[in-house]
Amino acid sequence: MSIEQNLTNIVESILFGAGRPIRLSEIRTLLGSQNIDADLPNIKIALNELEDRYVMSALEIKEVASGYRLQIKNEFGDFLYPLWNDNSNRLSKALMETVSIIAFKQPVTRGDIEEIRGVSVSTQIIRSLLDREWIKASGYRDVPGRPTLYETTNIFLNDLSLKSLNDLPPLPEALPVEGALDQLEVG
Amino acid sequence: MKAQAQLEFPLFKGEALTQLPDDLFIPPEALEIFLEDFSGPMDVLLYLIQRKDIDILELDVSEITGQYIQYIELMDALKIELAADYLVMAATLAQIKSRMLIPQSEEEEEEQDPRSELIRRLQEYQRYKSAAESIANLPRVDRDFFLASAALPVFKEQQPQVEISAKELAAIFQETSTRPKFSAHHEIYFEELSTQDRIALILSILNTSNVIQFFQTYQKKEGKQGVVVSFLASLDLAKDGYVELIQNKDSSQLYLKSTTRGFH
Repeated sequence: MSIEQNLTNIVESILFGAGRPIRLSEIRTLLGSQNIDADLPNIKIALNELEDRYVMSALEIKEVASGYRLQIKNEFGDFLYPLWNDNSNRLSKALMETVSIIAFKQPVTRGDIEEIRGVSVSTQIIRSLLDREWIKASGYRDVPGRPTLYETTNIFLNDLSLKSLNDLPPLPEALPVEGALDQLEVG
Repeated sequence: MKAQAQLEFPLFKGEALTQLPDDLFIPPEALEIFLEDFSGPMDVLLYLIQRKDIDILELDVSEITGQYIQYIELMDALKIELAADYLVMAATLAQIKSRMLIPQSEEEEEEQDPRSELIRRLQEYQRYKSAAESIANLPRVDRDFFLASAALPVFKEQQPQVEISAKELAAIFQETSTRPKFSAHHEIYFEELSTQDRIALILSILNTSNVIQFFQTYQKKEGKQGVVVSFLASLDLAKDGYVELIQNKDSSQLYLKSTTRGFH
């Protein structure tokens, strides 16, 4: 087996065995631990080689916030969904609104979220988001009461197959309320 | 996508996707499902506005207030846990309505439209609500796509669900409360049979015969205590290497074999 083919297989084995997204630099470290000297472009070439190999298969390599990972192509999801369907993926509208506000305005306090949603943020929703590791406490706002600040995590992005917050669907533009209201007849 | 399978409340302008009739004459159970799906008072208000297919800026506070109060009365009647926030919104609407009814004097001309704060908040909420819907529709792991991995699975310790009916619970309580109090008194008796004496006895028997059966080391009249003392003595002797304990099979007869012939 040529060195290139070998490198491709090693990278494949790492992606398969990692069980989580893995960065090019991590792959380089793992190779280095076995005295294989590969630079990042070489590893990237191996990844591209793998991608070519997977074209005809059910697998694909995806780059997400925490690195590269191996996943089953979306088109096969319908076959697997019944195997995994445990309802834990049914997320309420309230939860999605909460995490969206955190994603776009982070870091935010519960108060910030309540201000927008017009309803108190239940502890259960925050707990559920923390359990999923979609959000984390990032500090305290320096105001009386020192409320916790929350921000989204890479796991949130990974789970939605995103590389960064910039890949989120854009937040609709704010409308100029005051100007529009001036044209209205009061009363 | 599976998101569609979830209960979504379609609120997009112009798309009359909800079938709530104006007189609200639909089975209460069905309505309950609709109402529980609102994520808060802003959501209800947006829904009411969009159902009329009017721009938020043309908000008729008077009409919306009436409808909104009708909704929360219904939610209350259906025993839906009503967050205080819903009542705050009702109060806000009523306040705006009352301010709009008061005739404006010349000096107050410059005053802000009483609806502006509400409209600003509604529009702000609408932005995030719409973004949340888009994010909810993004492909999500374990719902729309799945990871390929040969990594060892991380097993979470499953806490077994305790399923118990009220009846069973009552029975257990009953049983526990009538249980005799075994621990009420505790007296310590001096042992009548000493292990030391028994060791000496066993050794003396083994002096005459090299192998003995375990039952030969105690007398029937000593009862359980005799068996226990003999057993402890045998273990002690085996530990110190004076005897070998031999048992061919589980639950078959136990033999004691002397290893120190001519001891004493």
